[in-house]
Amino acid sequence: MRDAEDFVLSCPIPISEYPQVLLAHGGGGKLMHGLIEKMFLAAFRNPPLEVRHDGAVLQADGGRIALSTDSYVVRPLFFPGGDIGTLAVNGTVNDLAMCGARPLALGAAFILEEGLPMETLWRVVRSMQDAAAAAGVPIVTGDTKVVDRGKGDGLFVTTAGLGIVPPGRDIRPQRVRSGDVLLLNGDVGRHGMAVMAVREGLSFESEITSDCAPLVQPVMALLEGGVQVHCLRDLTRGGLAGAVIEIARAAGVHVELEERAIPVRPDVQGACEMLGLDPLYVANEGRFVAFVAPQDAQRALEILWGTALGAEARIIGRVEAARKGGLVTMTTTIGASRVVDMLSGEQLPRIC
Amino acid sequence: MRFIHEYRDARAARRLAAAIARTTTCPWTIMEVCGGQTHTIVKFGVDELLPPQITLVHGPGCPVCVTPLELIDKAVEIASIPGVIFCSFGDMLRVPGTHGDLLAARARGADVRVVYSPLDALAVARAHPRRQVVFFAVGFETTAPANALAVVQAQRQGVRNFSLLVAHVLVPPAMEAILASPGNRVQGFLAAGHVCTVMGYEEYRPLAARYGVPIVVTGFEPLDILQGVYMCVRQLEEGRAEVENQYVRSVRPQGNRAARELIAQVFCVVPRRWRGIGEIPKSGLGLQPAYADFDAERRFGLAGRGVEESTECRSGLVLQGVLKPPQCPAFGTRCTPEHPLGATMVSSEGACAAYYRYRRVPAQGAL
Repeated sequence: MRDAEDFVLSCPIPISEYPQVLLAHGGGGKLMHGLIEKMFLAAFRNPPLEVRHDGAVLQADGGRIALSTDSYVVRPLFFPGGDIGTLAVNGTVNDLAMCGARPLALGAAFILEEGLPMETLWRVVRSMQDAAAAAGVPIVTGDTKVVDRGKGDGLFVTTAGLGIVPPGRDIRPQRVRSGDVLLLNGDVGRHGMAVMAVREGLSFESEITSDCAPLVQPVMALLEGGVQVHCLRDLTRGGLAGAVIEIARAAGVHVELEERAIPVRPDVQGACEMLGLDPLYVANEGRFVAFVAPQDAQRALEILWGTALGAEARIIGRVEAARKGGLVTMTTTIGASRVVDMLSGEQLPRIC
Repeated sequence: MRFIHEYRDARAARRLAAAIARTTTCPWTIMEVCGGQTHTIVKFGVDELLPPQITLVHGPGCPVCVTPLELIDKAVEIASIPGVIFCSFGDMLRVPGTHGDLLAARARGADVRVVYSPLDALAVARAHPRRQVVFFAVGFETTAPANALAVVQAQRQGVRNFSLLVAHVLVPPAMEAILASPGNRVQGFLAAGHVCTVMGYEEYRPLAARYGVPIVVTGFEPLDILQGVYMCVRQLEEGRAEVENQYVRSVRPQGNRAARELIAQVFCVVPRRWRGIGEIPKSGLGLQPAYADFDAERRFGLAGRGVEESTECRSGLVLQGVLKPPQCPAFGTRCTPEHPLGATMVSSEGACAAYYRYRRVPAQGAL
């Protein structure tokens, strides 16, 4: 029997603010980061996890390997420019590429809801086959589970990826330096708005298509071209703002963005304006930022311009040498400055 | 992008800012009425371009912020009734009631859906004839016409399982309440352009004359705001107090006649409590007796219930332009978007949320 003094009524769960998981816990904002920090990191703490990158780089006999895993729960399963299958392959391939790793193989796990049309599953599988072939990576292992009708959203896919990191390559937030230049490979906000348009039955003047694509080629072109790349991050949930804030915090540096330099297509901008969303926070699936040494910035741009997914690459900001502290600020289109902060949860369309 | 980029042009902004600086000879306090304008000001740094003598204070023009606590509680209560489908605009979902918000109700199993129009909610009602579908009718004069149209269509089509939880508020009575309050420091207004798109601006003329304040109907882009401030400052410096229209590309003096008629057909003016401010006479819309069947409060027997607000939240003073968000002792400490004390910290239009998001310097390494 324990002593009375040992008996405490405090909650043993590290997150006590919310008794239930909210959708916002998966939104890429502050709630999700709080969950990762206080629950997962606290429980699983180890050096590769502490790096807080898109994947983990592990030392193995004879070399280094990168490991990444991600689950895909998109609704609807099919959207202009892609589907859950292309997302599941490209998302994990991109996470490996962001570690500077050349993808070696993928594993895929399927959670199927009873009643899912076999034809739907086949379309997704064919998409995965095509995406894997385009990225040059085989799907070598997998798993299948079926849940009762009503217990899933048709189909969930989880992929895990294994890649090889060549000797001497070290890409992670902690390598970001004062003066580093931020490159972005194209316009932002398309994937999130494409999915939202289909999901919510919104129609705009032109159909917005997702930017979903594998980023191995432009990333490898940069790395193999000898550019000093300090950090890479693909812009998924949380968008450009979320990704840059994460890196600024992990590296303890001040990043200054130039709003005018960040490309947003007119149709995406229009849709965002209408719904009261900020394209800076909208998800992408074929976009990345690269933090490169300033003397290599121009060459990096030229290399990216020579690749299919980097043709519209541009400089969007830099790491400020004079200021520190994990903050992201932005020079606005009218020439003033403001803080770019992480969202609290998901962006919600506004009332008017 | 056409019609957006033109209104965010840096050179034109600097020119207007210089004109304001040249015109200003003494301190002036101007209130932007609408939360959308507040967000533009803080997001683009419009106020940084203004001379130090100009103080912009934020008004009560965020419908999400001013929806009273008892209506949020009623929304959560109705949403939690088994079988009900509760439809709302997105930004109402995170506003805290006494016992949590609509998102938390959804996490507990309530069927809460985000819609983009009340007509979408009506379509949900048609698709689920055996379930009660309730739409949270929040907003100023801007959202009222579409909400009125949904009710008219529901009646015409015989959709009996559809109702509105009405929380509509009207802007001019709130402006008058601010001007009439003993602590008022507002010397000029930037009126909310989209409200005037519907209602016109004739009803502002007596207000401007009675209280001697210039009122400039103003749009939402950075250059709109700067031009609105310029027009307002010019009046103040010249000792004029008139109603002027900066937002001519959208607003006519009489507004939109069809929309006004629809509002008058379905709604009547009622007294309304404003969150953080209290009751303002003739400041809200309720359903006309002919449409009382579509009143969710009546349908679910919730009319007449009230609750008391927490005293710690100072959002009422923020909404009246008395306090700037960072001057609230709870700002950024006990009150954050993750744990808001009041709606001004939650809504995408809220002044506290705008300051928290665009102005606060987060603590180093803070998540």
